[in-house]
Amino acid sequence: MILLVQWLLVVAGAPLLVGFIRKTKARLQGRCGANLWQPYRDLRKLFIKEVVISETTSWIFRFTPYVVIGAMLVAALIVPVLTTAGGALSLGNIVLLMYLFLLATFFLALAGLDAGSSFGGMGSSREMAVAALAEPTVMIAIFAISLRAGTTGLSDMINVLAGDRLLLLNPGHLLAFFSLFIVTLAETGRLPVDNPSTHLELTMIHEAMILEYSGRYLALIEWASAIKLFLFFTLLGNIFIPWGIGRTEQPAAVLLGLVALVVKLAALGVSLAVLETSVAKLRLFRVPALLTGSFMLALLAVISFFFLR
Amino acid sequence: MKLLLRKVIGTAVVTEPGRPRDADIETLGHALSERVRKLYGRSLHIREVDAGSCNGCEIEIGGLNSPYYDLERFGLHFVASPRHADCLLVTGPVTRNMADPLKRTYDATPEPKFVVAVGDCAKDCGIFAGGYGVFGPVSSVVPVDVVVPGCPPAPRAILAGILKAVELRASGSVR
Amino acid sequence: MANRISLWLTVPLAVLVLVGGAAGLSGWSFDVVLPHVLPIGGGVALGLDRLSAFFLVIIAAGVLPCAVFAFAYTRHQKPERDGMTAALAAGMSLFIVSMACLVLARNVLTFLVFWEAMSLASYFLIMTENDRSETRRAGWLYAVMTHAGLACILLGFLTMAQSSGSLSMTAWAQAAAAIDPSKRNVAFVLVAAGFLSKAGAIPFHIWLPRAHPAAPSHISAVMSAVMIKLGVYGLVRIGFEWLGVGPRWWGVLILLIGAVSAVAGVLYAIIDSDLKRLLAYSTVENVGVILLGIGAGLIFHSYDLDSLAALSVAAALLHCLNHTIFKALLFLGAGAIVHATGTRNIEEMGGLLRRMPQTGALFLIGSLAISAMPPLNGFVSEWLTFQALLLSFRVPEQFVNLVFAIAIAALALTAGLAAACFVRAFGITFLAMPRSECVKQAHEVPWTMRLSMGVLAVLAAVLGIAPVVALRPLGYVTAQLLGEQPDLAFSLSGVVAGGSFAAIAPGWVGLTLAVVIFAVWLGFRLTGGSLRKRYYDTWGCGRAVHSPNLEYTAAAFANPFKRVFAFLYRPVTAIEIWPHGESRLFVKTIKYRHESRSIIEEGIYAPLAAAIRRTSARIRAVQSGNVHSYLLYMFLVLVVLLLVAK
Repeated sequence: MILLVQWLLVVAGAPLLVGFIRKTKARLQGRCGANLWQPYRDLRKLFIKEVVISETTSWIFRFTPYVVIGAMLVAALIVPVLTTAGGALSLGNIVLLMYLFLLATFFLALAGLDAGSSFGGMGSSREMAVAALAEPTVMIAIFAISLRAGTTGLSDMINVLAGDRLLLLNPGHLLAFFSLFIVTLAETGRLPVDNPSTHLELTMIHEAMILEYSGRYLALIEWASAIKLFLFFTLLGNIFIPWGIGRTEQPAAVLLGLVALVVKLAALGVSLAVLETSVAKLRLFRVPALLTGSFMLALLAVISFFFLR
Repeated sequence: MKLLLRKVIGTAVVTEPGRPRDADIETLGHALSERVRKLYGRSLHIREVDAGSCNGCEIEIGGLNSPYYDLERFGLHFVASPRHADCLLVTGPVTRNMADPLKRTYDATPEPKFVVAVGDCAKDCGIFAGGYGVFGPVSSVVPVDVVVPGCPPAPRAILAGILKAVELRASGSVR
Repeated sequence: MANRISLWLTVPLAVLVLVGGAAGLSGWSFDVVLPHVLPIGGGVALGLDRLSAFFLVIIAAGVLPCAVFAFAYTRHQKPERDGMTAALAAGMSLFIVSMACLVLARNVLTFLVFWEAMSLASYFLIMTENDRSETRRAGWLYAVMTHAGLACILLGFLTMAQSSGSLSMTAWAQAAAAIDPSKRNVAFVLVAAGFLSKAGAIPFHIWLPRAHPAAPSHISAVMSAVMIKLGVYGLVRIGFEWLGVGPRWWGVLILLIGAVSAVAGVLYAIIDSDLKRLLAYSTVENVGVILLGIGAGLIFHSYDLDSLAALSVAAALLHCLNHTIFKALLFLGAGAIVHATGTRNIEEMGGLLRRMPQTGALFLIGSLAISAMPPLNGFVSEWLTFQALLLSFRVPEQFVNLVFAIAIAALALTAGLAAACFVRAFGITFLAMPRSECVKQAHEVPWTMRLSMGVLAVLAAVLGIAPVVALRPLGYVTAQLLGEQPDLAFSLSGVVAGGSFAAIAPGWVGLTLAVVIFAVWLGFRLTGGSLRKRYYDTWGCGRAVHSPNLEYTAAAFANPFKRVFAFLYRPVTAIEIWPHGESRLFVKTIKYRHESRSIIEEGIYAPLAAAIRRTSARIRAVQSGNVHSYLLYMFLVLVVLLLVAK
């Protein structure tokens, strides 16, 4: 039951997170900005629209939105959001989570190639390059975390880490946090890696792959992107600041978990908005340098664990 | 970074308040179902098409994205692809080279959709009427629902035109 | 007619091998010595144990679909090639028999005889289409490399035989503790070099990307899927059994070779436009992943962490089996494409998914499996390898921990790059519009070809959803090899590794994915009502985008990788411009060349070959053609021999 509540929270709350980040960015830019609930209105409108499909595409184009949202929904089932006891299905550990994201990226890249346009192909090529270069950082950061926690299962990891009072003073832990934050930017397509609101196709990475989608397919893909951002922030919040999340299935613990989650997501959202407002998008071939930098941070996190043992 | 943060924190929200008035727009009528009207009233995605304009209208449209006019607060949003759009914002007298691309852009937009022609050139070719490179006004290529005259029209008028196009009821169509 | 003979010969042989393997895995074993067959070296000694049985299953799993595929593939050959097809059948049968007997071999002579038989059989199979100079060069290089490997193996075996006094490997295992460690190290290095060259690890891989594209597709499939694994088999044997427990640098060496092979292999695959050479480099990458598991196992074994070692070896062997299945599937798919379109160049392909829907769907399953996507089989073995590497923190030494960190990073990079590689391979080949005329006429392939691919795809799915099927026998294999079962627990829902370190339920993942996708689709059907669909052109900024010229090319797709990894590719760029005769400002032709070079070939093999040529040129002076100098040589040698014999 808790699982269902938590899952619905992720699925229904993801667009709200996106709306919150957009509103914060607008306020930082000195304007009113769209409503906090605007992403929901956008999604609702997209569901009534006609779907225009390119004649050169195959069934992969129509199948991809379902795979993408399916992968995200399954990922939402395995991340502990409100509580670590009974809150997540034990389908697999954090490595499975990363591979589910990669599955969605795989199919999205195929769909980008399917329409036979230059933009889609370019988006697919860049997206796969960024995803491939972010993978080593993810795995080394997971290694660093699993060294401290002694496990890679998501709920167990949080439980063990929460027991360590001096966690935030540990340099390895902080280094792993920063490296995973940079990976979040890369994987969810935010500045400085990719501008989610650009109109220039030559600057697009994620958007270029979905230029051909319309109607409900576009709604599914946008929703999946929002869920991915929500899950990444939840992971960052719950693993690196593992207090507040419930440990039992008691309603009080779950409510406390909800409050803690809202606080963590708000903090991460505001920091993302500030970051996006203050930096420009990196040139595409400078992104590997950024990702290598995050890899070095993660490697330092691992080394610091071994030398401070 | 410090300078930026200081400016950001020091400057308040500068958006002008309220919704624009109905002045200076001509309507040609279009039927949108009640449900679609309600939905489009809250979320409208716009694709801007420059069919050979001098860019005067583009600058005014660009002003709509600025913090002062801020069209995002009405739920409007500019998008990159016509597949994502509900409304086409067309400027310029349609030149010969842009006639076909404009038609393709219109066909690539999913239903329900409508077209807002911005500027005197879009209305009746303006000062370029009769030129050798000009194909005709926008209405000769795609069906137009609202025309916002002016050379160039003020951003407030453009915004009124877009919002009017959404709010129109079934009143018969004049094409 | 000839291909029917081929079918009736090879399929029963493969089935026999499969039966033997299955029997061996369920516990049946034998040990037989036939001293009369070969009067020297102790005769022929064959024995079946669980590891051999597992490899018999791998051989059968690879060979059986390829044999069925060959039926239709070789049918449309020209009539004068009928004799060639019959020879192919004989070669294939010899190949299967020699591979099966190789894993059963229990003494040096038997092993080497069957090793050489396998190499010769594969050489003749590669040289099937020897009217092309590319094939002849590839065959020659393969022959040289495989015999160089044989020489290394022979030297290593003889070193061990001399130290232990016996030519039987089981005797070595028992005497290993007493043998001088330096001799064992030398033996390990030599024999490992030989086996690594057969497996196709860097830097011994240069024959792979030439030989595999040159051979007919089902032969490439068998070579890539099965023969490579025999190098791995040899490595597992010498690392864990025949040479006793080794020092940790054995494992570190294999681990590093694995890491380099994995990353470099996939990097070369991602820039290649020849479909079969791309798959060959991808084999190098997967061998790297297998070696990561074996290297980790060797390191754990040297630290006496045997259950972890068993876990690593189980992960590596599972990846062997999985790779056999999905690489065979991919090569057969490539064969189907070549059969239908007549070209291997993916830059000329496109839109094949509409023209060959089933082949396309099966190739997609192969691509997903090789990119380690859940819920297919590649994901399970890569997941296990990751867990084995992540568990390395139990080793108390920091240097080893750092080596493992590098290995983890290499494996992760490989995983991402492999996904990119196969998005490119599948996407450019099957999606969008055809890029050339011959591809427009492509048609679906005969049902026997599709059947063989289908069986492999089903196997991939089954092993992905229920890996217990393979992992439980592997537990017994490692128990026999290392003395301990791997650190795995099986439950109905899945696999738990390392105590409570990591858990996965691949069957449930697959089921949940399927249910969720179906539920979303059903939800739309029930509430969406009218899904209005309209077909229109691709959006190209208003231009008419009917031309395939505007599609993304394979070279363009690989461009970001070419730029990021330029330190490996060392590309050579050349631009030549020919202006019009009348004015320099008008350009007639521009020729742009951007070629990547192989640092291994240029850095290692080219200087080596040059040195050999130089030395042999100097030694050639000895063969002066003058009878008097030959008489002098004979006299001098006679004098030397008399002195020595005294």
